[in-house]
Parts: sequence; C-alpha cells; structure tokens
Amino acid sequence: MEKLFPKLQIINENGEWTDETYRGEITEELTKELYTKMLRSRLFDRKGVNLQRQGRIGTYVPFEGQEASQIGSALAMGEGDWMFPTYRDHAATMTFGHSLKTLFLYWKGRQEGCIPPEGKNIFPPAVPIASQLLHATGAAWAEKLKGTDRASIVYFGDGATSEGDFHEGLNFASVFNAPVVFFNQNNGFAISVPIEKQMKSKTIAQKAVAYEMEGVRLDGNDVFAVYFHTRTAVERARKGEGPTLIEAVTWRYGAHTTADDPSKYRNQDESATRRETTDPVLRLERFMKNENMWDEKWATELQESLTAEIEAAVKEMEETPAPHYNDVFDHVFAENPWPIESQKEAYAHSRGDR
Amino acid sequence: MTTAVDTKKLTMVQAVTDGMRVMMKEQENVIVLGEDVGQNGGVFRATDGLVAEFGDHRVIDTPLAESGIIGTSIGLAMNGFKPIAEMQFLGFIYPAFNQIMTHASRIRARTLGAFTVPMVIRAPFGAGVRAPEIHSDSVEALFTGMPGMKVVVPSNPYDAKGMLISAIEDPDPVLFLEPMRCYRSTKMDVPDGKYNVPLGKAARLQEGDDVTIFAYGAMIDVVTKAAKTAEEKGIKCDVIDLRTLYPLDKEMIAESVQKTGRAVIVHEAPGTGGLGETIMSLINDTSFLYMKAPVERVTGFDTPVPMFALEDHYLPSAERVVQAIEKVTQF
Ligand SMILES: Cc1ncc(C[n+]2csc(CCOP(=O)(O)OP(=O)(O)O)c2C)c(N)n1
Repeated sequence: MEKLFPKLQIINENGEWTDETYRGEITEELTKELYTKMLRSRLFDRKGVNLQRQGRIGTYVPFEGQEASQIGSALAMGEGDWMFPTYRDHAATMTFGHSLKTLFLYWKGRQEGCIPPEGKNIFPPAVPIASQLLHATGAAWAEKLKGTDRASIVYFGDGATSEGDFHEGLNFASVFNAPVVFFNQNNGFAISVPIEKQMKSKTIAQKAVAYEMEGVRLDGNDVFAVYFHTRTAVERARKGEGPTLIEAVTWRYGAHTTADDPSKYRNQDESATRRETTDPVLRLERFMKNENMWDEKWATELQESLTAEIEAAVKEMEETPAPHYNDVFDHVFAENPWPIESQKEAYAHSRGDR
Repeated sequence: MTTAVDTKKLTMVQAVTDGMRVMMKEQENVIVLGEDVGQNGGVFRATDGLVAEFGDHRVIDTPLAESGIIGTSIGLAMNGFKPIAEMQFLGFIYPAFNQIMTHASRIRARTLGAFTVPMVIRAPFGAGVRAPEIHSDSVEALFTGMPGMKVVVPSNPYDAKGMLISAIEDPDPVLFLEPMRCYRSTKMDVPDGKYNVPLGKAARLQEGDDVTIFAYGAMIDVVTKAAKTAEEKGIKCDVIDLRTLYPLDKEMIAESVQKTGRAVIVHEAPGTGGLGETIMSLINDTSFLYMKAPVERVTGFDTPVPMFALEDHYLPSAERVVQAIEKVTQF
C-alpha cells in the first residue's frame, strides 16, 4: 500500500528539489507568501501556549509542526469555498480569513470565537471527532445542487478515521459526487494512541479505494507538495470529478493540548530531533537559501512585524468587554420560547438585575 | 466485632482507579477499554497504572470510536466479560447513543433474560472546569429516561469507589458518571480493598427539619454551602445526595419531604426534562398532602452549556439555591 500511495514531495528536508513539475510556478513571491504565513501561524501558536501558561486563556490546542499541511491546503482554496476545521486547525483558518483576535477569543472561552469572518464560509472548530466530514460533504453537495463550482475542504486527524462519521462522510461524498477535499493530517498520534494501534492500514490514503475516490498521500511538511496537490484536488472537485482523500503525513511537536503530557506516551527527544530535520518552516528557509531567495534583513523584519501583529491581537482579545449573560439565552432559537425566556427572567431577577 | 480496615487518603479520581483495581484483581473477566486508557492512564489519569499492573490485554487502548467501544463491549459482556468502558467525556458519548439505546439497555428484555449486558460505562461530566466546548455537557437525563439503564453519580471519593464496585458487580448496564469538578477537589479516607456502596440508595448529608435539598454530583458542594448560609438565617436543611439517579431512592425522598414539607431540587442539567421533574412527580405521588410550599428547582437552563467565559452564569450557584430555600420557607 505504501507503494500504491507513495508520499509525494516537491522539496526534501534539505530544501532541495525532488519533483520539478511545478518549478515554473514556484516563484519568489509565492515562496515568501508561504513562508510569511507559516511563520505567522507558528508565532501565533507559541503565543497561545504561553497565554495558557499565564492563565490568560483556557486550554489551548497547539499545532506547531503542522503549519505546512494547514497553510498549503488552505491557500489552495478560493473565495466562496467552504472550510471545516477541527480544534487544531487555526493555521488553516487564519490563512482562509479568520482574524487572530477571533482565534484567541475562542480559546478564551468566548462564543465570539465561533463567528465566521464577514463573507467567509468557515465553520466553528469541530470538537466531536469526525462529525465535520459530513457537514463538509453536505455543504459541497449544496454547491453542486446550486450549480456553482465551489468546493469544501475538511480537516481531521488520523484518529478521526476510526469514527463512523469518517466513513459515512466519504461514502456520501462518493455516492453524490460531492466537490469536497478530505484533508487528513496524519500527525502519528490521537492524543496518546499511536497510529499503529489506531489502524492496521499502512496508509490513510488507501481508505479512498473503498469509496472509489482519488486518494493522495503526501509529505505534509513540504508546503509546496501540500499546496499543489491540494490545488489539483480542488480543481478536480470544481470540474465535477468528485471528492479526494488527501493524507498529509506530519507531526505535532507539542502536547495534544495544554492539558496533556506527551512524555507519558512518546519519546520527547525524538520529537525534538524532528525540529532539526523534518521541520516545515526550516525546510522552506533552507529552500529559500538554496534558491537565493533568503534575505536576512527581510526575515528579521518579518519576525518583528508578525510579533507586533500578534501582540496587537492579544491586546484586542484582552480588551474585548466581558460577555453579557443574555448571550447564554438569546441565540438558542430565532426567538426565545417561553421556557428560555422565563429562565432568563428568573436569572436576571436572582441577580437583582430586574 | 470490628476489624481495623486500612484506609488511604484518596481523591475521587484515585478512588475510581482503586475501585477498578480491586475488581480486576478479584475477577479475571473485568476489563477496561477506551480512548487513551492504557499507556496514558486516561486523560484524567483515572486508569493510571492499570496497564502496568494488568497488561494490555485487560486495559485496552481502543481506536477512536465511541460506538465501536460500546458496541464491542456489548458483545464482550454477552460473552463472559465485564467491560468497564470509558467515554473520555460524557459529551462524546453521543456516537454510542444508538448502541446504548437500542442494544445495551434492552438485550435482557428482548431475550427474556437469555442474554445480558453486565457492563459499566464510565464518563466524566459537568461544567465548571473551564473545559473547551461540548466537554461540559450534563446529559444524565438522556439516560435516566432510557429503559434498561441504571445511572449513578458519586459526589465524593468514598462513594465513588464503593459505588463503582457495586456497578461492576451489577448484572445490568450501569452508566457511572464522574463529576469532573469533584475529581480532585477533596481527599478522603477510603478503605483499602473491597466494599460496597449500594446502588439505589441516597445519602443524607445533613439533618434538618425545615427544607429538603436534593442534589447530586458537583452540586453537592454548592448545596452544602447554601445550607450553611440558610442555617445562619435559622433555616435547617435536610441535604440529600441522591447518588443513584435511576432508580431513585423513593423512600428517602418521601420520608424527607414528609418531614420538612418543603423541597429545593438542584442540578446543573437543563430544567426541562431534568431529574427535578422526576423528583417532583415522586413527591406528588408520595407526599402531596404533606407539602407546605410548591417545590423549587435551581437548574441549568434550556440552552447548550455556554463556552466557559459564561459557564458560571449557567451553573447553579449557592446564592441561587439560598434564594430558593428562602422562597419555599416564606411561601
Ligand atoms: C467524539 C469524540 N471522542 C473523543 C474526543 C476526545 N478527543 C479529542 S481530540 C482526540 C484525539 C484526536 O486525534 P486525531 O483525530 O488524530 O487528531 P489530532 O488531535 O491528533 O489532531 C480525542 C480522543 C472528542 N473530541 N470527540
């Protein structure tokens, strides 16, 4: 199966070409855009972990190490397309249009963190594993019924492939030929459970075969491989040629969440070693150096401006006024039915507010 | 004759682990399965050390699929094992709802007792720990309203271990709910070895003649504070920890309200369809003519549990409970 689904790559760990098909399109401009987005998300992620440690937000879910997978794929999507992220995909959603402030608000336990940006079809993070695959299929199916050429992308982890909803999502998309890209990030673990315990299958991409759909396996730390192969899948979807299952092989350096202790279940030294070898950001830096695209001054200034942007977002998050308890009651239905209205009144009364 | 029993100071989560350990030692066919229960010892460490002690054939990291965990546990239970299946959070039990509703709860009835499902489903639940979305759901009433399921909720380490042992020994499926807020809130002397706290029996935590307060799980702490405030105002409360939600301890409920004539019911689950309604109907059936005031309920709202920035508004507070106590006494 690993032979049937080889891990596609465009540049290797040293930033050297392994597939030159897209050489003409890999301009300095595109490369710098990808690098900028990856660095931005990485700095954001580290800030998130720190804010949690300082008690300024709640539990945070880090994604460091998965930047290339999320950003390469998100950049392949267009205006009007749909995105269905999990709790770990803030790099994807910030690339597709979420503001950093909104993302921070989510982890501060604020309902506002679920509101999509104006004009962008971004679902709130799916917390129940694999449930979102069906929504992505439904939304894509709707676009097909409406006769547009829009598509959906849905994110999920290796563990998610065990849930029934994963299989139902793929089967529905296959049966109804829905324009959806199933983007799996195989980071090797579902919390503590390694992929070898999760499944006997050697790859995730091969699961596409059962649903008669295109399956693609790629190096999820090679942002070019992710971008171009996802773009191909999206193009296929737009042309009515059906869904694709993409397996991006990647790694998370951090804990599953800030409430998790990975030293319980994996060798942390091995994980740290990957920072020097397979790291997606470092790989792009090496590539840029090889291709004479790297400029030290540009890189330093970039780091500074991104840090300032993130600090400004933290400030905005922290200056957002506390929510009013009416928000608990007023958005369950279009109009409050009497039980909710009377509970709301009783609550206000109990506080002496009414 | 009394024999000295050794005890250890344990938190509730440690007491849960100890309960499983005792039963796994005693009965070869008791197995533990769920997501991250092995090497990791569970996301709350409830199964900490069990895989080292009993091996990975008895403490099993399953694939990530709740329907799979419960469905296979049903097969295991029908075929000689006693599975203790962990749901990582009650808010993630929903994919398994079909298996519980259509099979676990009714195989005995369907086969007139030829097949049975002696299994325990453990699940942490409840709000108030700043958890992310969905993790805080308190949906015990979905299961108390499900024919064929027993539902229990301990509120302290001693009960947790004793009730878990009773649940494992029970011949039928038991949903064992563990209030996250209580997991590490206190330590308590817990006897070593095996002991039972019976299912179906409530506990009177405090004796009083004026008002009965019914609560369970994490709300016990809230109502205990409220009862103290009430006492300072001269109102003496009978505080009842229900412990088992199905079947309820009808005798103790009736006996207490017949004494006090007033009742306040507290739970964090939504009011509509909640346990409060069942208790009110029991009071109506057994003690209508004893009541001196309409029963008050302090519950969660008919809304999803909000994200944690607002969860303190959602959760019943001691202040709201005191107001309810005053309302029934001043009626
Ligand atoms: C239905 C459901 N069950 C359990 C959980 C608890 N949980 C949260 S994340 C997770 C592991 C997910 O692993 P994977 O799908 O590989 O994604 P990753 O977190 O590695 O990105 C689990 C078990 C959940 N959120 N939803």
